[in-house]
Amino acid sequence: MSTVTTATPSIMSPVRQPRRRSLVRDTAVVMTRELRPVVHDPFSLVFGLVQPLVFLGLFGPLLVGSLGGAADGALGGNVWQWFVPAILVMTALFGTSMTGSNLLFDFQTGAHERMLVTPLSRSSLLIGRSLKEMVPLAGQAVIIVAAMVPFGFRLHVGGALVGLALLAVFGVGLGSLSYALAIVVRKQEWMFWVVQQTLIFPLMILSGMLLPLETGPGWMRVAAAFNPLAYVVDAERALFSGELASATAAWGWVAALATAAVGLTVGIRAMVRSAD
Amino acid sequence: MIHTRSLTKDFVVSRRQTVHAVRGISLDVEPGELVAVLGPNGAGKTTTMRMLTTLIAPTAGTASVAGHDVVAEAGQVRRRIGYVGQGNGAGHTQRVGDELYCQGVIYGLDRAAARRRTGELVESLDLGDLVSRKVSALSGGQRRRLDVAMGLVHAPSLLFLDEPTTGLDPQNRANLWEHIQRMRAEHDMTILLTTHYLDEADSMAERVVVVDHGEVIADDTADHLKADLAGDRVVVSADDEGGATRLAPLASRLRGARDVTRDGVRVEGRVDDGPRALPELLGAAHAAGIGIESAQVHRPTLDDVFLTLTGRSLREAGSTDTDAQDATTRKDAA
Repeated sequence: MSTVTTATPSIMSPVRQPRRRSLVRDTAVVMTRELRPVVHDPFSLVFGLVQPLVFLGLFGPLLVGSLGGAADGALGGNVWQWFVPAILVMTALFGTSMTGSNLLFDFQTGAHERMLVTPLSRSSLLIGRSLKEMVPLAGQAVIIVAAMVPFGFRLHVGGALVGLALLAVFGVGLGSLSYALAIVVRKQEWMFWVVQQTLIFPLMILSGMLLPLETGPGWMRVAAAFNPLAYVVDAERALFSGELASATAAWGWVAALATAAVGLTVGIRAMVRSAD
Repeated sequence: MIHTRSLTKDFVVSRRQTVHAVRGISLDVEPGELVAVLGPNGAGKTTTMRMLTTLIAPTAGTASVAGHDVVAEAGQVRRRIGYVGQGNGAGHTQRVGDELYCQGVIYGLDRAAARRRTGELVESLDLGDLVSRKVSALSGGQRRRLDVAMGLVHAPSLLFLDEPTTGLDPQNRANLWEHIQRMRAEHDMTILLTTHYLDEADSMAERVVVVDHGEVIADDTADHLKADLAGDRVVVSADDEGGATRLAPLASRLRGARDVTRDGVRVEGRVDDGPRALPELLGAAHAAGIGIESAQVHRPTLDDVFLTLTGRSLREAGSTDTDAQDATTRKDAA
């Protein structure tokens, strides 16, 4: 601390607080606070990259081999063009769906209770936390894409940026749902992982993220039609190929915005009741 | 500063079971008071505090804190009160200085002011060497001082402390109290604290509110409570049983004497003012030719007060019939 403190009674003079609070300012305060540990410890970002890189390095080559002749039809000419956008969605899916566990920890220690007695609005506590997830996610996406370009991944900058924006919207929704789940199960914490794990794998497989659904049975394609994640994955593939104005991309936006709307509504309602 | 009327909180555990954690507490705390709420685990102390700090809404009754209603104007209350909960308020991945600075910004300080306030608090709560330390690396006592610092960031005129010293060793407890007392003297703070340490309520608070089963069962200064509800206990042993038999009526004539009993050579009873009563009794015994072997005065503790009020000792009360309530309030606090 560069501040020089004197032992005069002037210590702790009364604080003048602004008369009105704004949601934007509150959200920015929460987000900045949540980001501080990431800034101090950037290596936590790198650990988050291990899983997507393992999938890219080990699953990608298998994908081409196991599909054999079918690969060309289902994946298009370049496997990375099909697989890299999906891996970005996967990174977002895992990162944001687990983020509620951070809140569970803050429930345990009392740090969340501390935030609840401050004048910060309940909605800013949720929105700020959910938005914070987007920063490491963007960093990871840049690294993944940069790592894959030398292997023949063709980058359409415009499409990629729109793709990341879409992913951010979807991620905010999913992150909010994860926080809502954490709040609901805070008295039986183990439930958090049971629910998260039970939901995430069916969602992932039925999105055609890792393996194309075109080669699967018909009922799977029907199920996928009800999975918002499937629309997001398809849209990411279209956007990263530069198809900005396609119907696939439009459906992706619908799915992402719907997820965000539902997530924020449910999340904020849960946050308001999180002190009970 | 605090005015509650029939403040009530029920927790619906299941369709068949409702826990009445707080049953109609009416309490007035004036500016500048230091009030300790004392009671066994599960008595409703924490639940009351959580209603007063806007964390949970009352089932019935009203509470006005720092001039504002805790339900209708929760935001206004939150701006004005400082709160140190049972847990640790600082995020474990955060650094000490960052967390204090961030709290300053939350309460509306600009960057320079928040930085200055961080410096002041760090100085006055002995956290100077720890500003860039991670919260998870702090000791229990250091964490507790940080909690208090966070509660004081906006210089509140009313501070709530929920079991501030639980889990600290005696040295850290004394140290934390030193800090709290000094801060209070410097800024005329009103303080409401809960504790289950009897000695703490006795020595620190000017007023003790005893709570049991969700109700206030006594409310006065510790000295008055002890004098009115427990009284000093005088124990005198005579040389022989004959002497003791003659001594008992003498003891009964002392001022405020009650519950005088004889057991063998031993006579004991409660009196208003033990240190004055004992010489008087010994003088009377000497005049009557009764030989005295030993004499003692026991000053009452707040535990004696609780025992008189409820028939239970405060130390045991938490673990017996209040278990269900205990579980609810504690889960709630987690």
